Amino acid sequence: MMKDYNKLIFEISKEGRIAYSLPPCDVDEKELNTLIPDSFLRSEDVDLPEVSEVDVVRHFTNISNKNYGVDTGFYPLGSCTMKYNPKINEDMANLSGFSNLHPYQPEDTVQGALELMYHLDQMLSEITGMERVSLQPAAGAHGELAGLMIIKAYHESRGDNKRNKIIVPDSAHGTNPASAAVAGFEIIEIESDKNGAVDLDKLKEVLNDEIAGLMLTNPSTLGLFEKNIKEIADLVHEAGGLLYYDGANTNAIMGIARPGDMGFDVIHLNLHKTFSTPHGGGGPGSGPIGVRKDLVKFLPVPVVEKQGDKYVLDYDRPESIGKIKSFYGHFGVAIKAYSYILSMGAEGLKKVSEKAVLNANYVMNKLKDHYYLPIDQVCKHEFVLGGLINKENNISTLDVAKRLLDYGYHPPTVYFPLIVSEAIMIEPTETESKETLDGFIDTMIKIAQEADENPELLKSAPHNTPVRRIDEAKAARNLILKWEKNK
Amino acid sequence: MHRYLPHTEADEKLMLESIGAQSIDDLFNDIPENLRLNRKLDLPEPMSEMELVSHMKDLSTANKSIDELVCFLGAGAYDHYIPSIVKHLAMRSEFYTAYTPYQPEISQGTLQAIFEYQTMICNLTGMDVSNASMYDGATACVEAAMMAVESTRRDSVVVSSTVHPEVREVLKSYMKFRDVKVIEVDMADGVTDWEKLKALMGKDIAGVIIQNPNFFGIIEDLTDIEKIVHENKSLLISYVDPISLGIIKSPSEYGADIVIGEGQSLGNSLNYGGPYLGFLATTSKLMRKMPGRIVGQSNDVDGKRAFVLTLQAREQHIRRYKATSNICSNQGLNALIAAIYMITMGKKGLREVAVQSTQKAHYALEQLTKTGKFKPLFNKPFFKEFAITGSVESKKVNSELLKHNILGGYELEKDYPELKNSLLLCVTEKRTKKQIDKLAEVMEVI
Repeated sequence: MMKDYNKLIFEISKEGRIAYSLPPCDVDEKELNTLIPDSFLRSEDVDLPEVSEVDVVRHFTNISNKNYGVDTGFYPLGSCTMKYNPKINEDMANLSGFSNLHPYQPEDTVQGALELMYHLDQMLSEITGMERVSLQPAAGAHGELAGLMIIKAYHESRGDNKRNKIIVPDSAHGTNPASAAVAGFEIIEIESDKNGAVDLDKLKEVLNDEIAGLMLTNPSTLGLFEKNIKEIADLVHEAGGLLYYDGANTNAIMGIARPGDMGFDVIHLNLHKTFSTPHGGGGPGSGPIGVRKDLVKFLPVPVVEKQGDKYVLDYDRPESIGKIKSFYGHFGVAIKAYSYILSMGAEGLKKVSEKAVLNANYVMNKLKDHYYLPIDQVCKHEFVLGGLINKENNISTLDVAKRLLDYGYHPPTVYFPLIVSEAIMIEPTETESKETLDGFIDTMIKIAQEADENPELLKSAPHNTPVRRIDEAKAARNLILKWEKNK
Repeated sequence: MHRYLPHTEADEKLMLESIGAQSIDDLFNDIPENLRLNRKLDLPEPMSEMELVSHMKDLSTANKSIDELVCFLGAGAYDHYIPSIVKHLAMRSEFYTAYTPYQPEISQGTLQAIFEYQTMICNLTGMDVSNASMYDGATACVEAAMMAVESTRRDSVVVSSTVHPEVREVLKSYMKFRDVKVIEVDMADGVTDWEKLKALMGKDIAGVIIQNPNFFGIIEDLTDIEKIVHENKSLLISYVDPISLGIIKSPSEYGADIVIGEGQSLGNSLNYGGPYLGFLATTSKLMRKMPGRIVGQSNDVDGKRAFVLTLQAREQHIRRYKATSNICSNQGLNALIAAIYMITMGKKGLREVAVQSTQKAHYALEQLTKTGKFKPLFNKPFFKEFAITGSVESKKVNSELLKHNILGGYELEKDYPELKNSLLLCVTEKRTKKQIDKLAEVMEVI
């Protein structure tokens, strides 16, 4: 029933209805065109919907029912760390003393907010082994960009101006090369070895005095720990480059190993992955960046500092890369990550990583007889399968993913990383129980059997979702990007 | 046990057995010993929910929020009224605990909300297409500048000095890395000096960025500027306050090619500066140069209307280093909030918010300047913000106001050293006559 709701708000609009109330204007009103000349005023009201309050509530409630969130069910989306988002963190971020602060209030009136930011910086620095962390970047990709700007600023500050290349492994997230390009670098892609790790010989071949740095995630996008990381770091450093850590996979190593100790110079974290802040259907994220000691001076302004008992916003940083975003980053998201760390403590965070790794290995071992596992070794928080073992019926990874929808699961990440064909990237996260995992495993095995016995069922899946497979080619060919009357 | 971790000891044992491992440590054998932390992280002891709430309340009450203060501060972040239903609906966890809608069959809620958001941003700005939102107004401005650079194949952008100082700073930080020159054009009596702009124009100028209403709240006359920009085959980039569009002409009417802005005032809490959202809308002609996510309408195999991310060939996960931008996320939840806000206010409500803000701001200026102690800094038509100047230092005025629980204006001298003793004040529909009168009364005796 509910899933049949298929109206756009514009289609239920009726002239004259309203959903708002405002008190009457209590100052002497003047003719608007005596305040603002007619030439600046619009002649017609903006074409926005006219609906009642209950219309708005029903509309959004109904369309929300066509969405799947972590609260709906298991969401093993590799690389995205779709863990449970604790409700209390939302309450904390909504405390009026946080949510109703204007960014330009005098420092004396925002000491609690600044203290929180300062302490979160310290806690994230401790977790990652870095000297300082800036909370400014809005998301992971934004953190990458800021981090790369810092790498560039570092080389330039040494008069080393010809370092204009960044090395990115072919297993990297798409944002890595895109961020490097936006920061003005040329990209050198290196092929991974057969285990998806950095190929040291290939790395040596491309290292020279034009290399600004190497971007890496560890564990890799295959969910495997980069064992040679120390050697990689030494090689890059000897060549005069810096090592950048993409923190997408930090959920595997908290309290166990730290990027700072591995030799990374600049890092970013995704608070919306590792630190439980919700993804919001595509944002807001938060991508703090951390740096080693001699790079602190390049961090974006402002930096929260403590002077005596007082917290201040420090803008007086002449070597800073400058301002990369309005105000101070996603403070509202930072509150949730801060609450999460306080709820977990040191032992809790270590347990998070332990259970995340336990869950991933458990699912991997149960599925490897039914799906192709290209690299059979202990994984970290996630692992990558290469589609069904039995390829006879031409059932693709996409078909498996779409069939999972029928069984009420959010599918894993598919077709990434690019180095595994028909990739299915599974990241269960630590907040899932054995029962949930068993249910998913049974379903995956059942789907593998269906692929043998009734392949059509998969090729035409999903069958039970609010809409079925969508014609994406049509969407791109016949562009409809907004609702228009009579169309 | 921890409340967020469901594994019992028995579960753990069974799972390890099934894997063929003796202990959890076995699963970390691949991490070389010399890289292990081998000590406990130095973090506070874990807190129960009650302890956490108590700690967070202490921190939050160490701040003075605009619940306690009467806010006359704007300058890019605004205290407009947020209807109760906005939060109720946006906090439905089907929306906020979802990821990016990469599986459209089970993400129609998010996708449809973005489609409706895009429609309303187009209607508000008069432009043909909108993307699904950007990080904030400042980064949207950076992306718009890059669109101009890419589409004109020129290497400089002009930005008016009446554009928000932080937006200009962010623009400069980014453009330095793209080898794009940023040229600032001076102002004359609080608006962009079009004669100077004219003198700057040349074959190197990709686009011109004008804020409207500008940083001082003044409505810029873009008639001449539009001609100058387009005669030079540059793009006109207009940075706007979405609330102002309830009464002010849409940027398409004065010939803007790209429209951007800070969308916070569309129902988003102030949140000490973020998360907010940037919006970006443009013409059909420039559509394929647009960064970020875009939702389009299609249908499913049964012919049912369905929404899906489209034009993805521009994006980083497909094009990698050749993408139009490195942006991956949008501000999904903030865009949802903006959509719910625009729908709730609707055609009449958005206009009324804009009208009341205008009326009250003009009343405030009248009250503040009636004895001559303060006078308007500029003499130009304005929307909800205006600058005043007097003989008292702005810092002193603000600290006196704070004693009366009034959050005063933005001290313009910080960014415009020549504008001494000048405050930029903002009056939204939330302010009452009584609050404005009190402001005038306190300022009169400073």
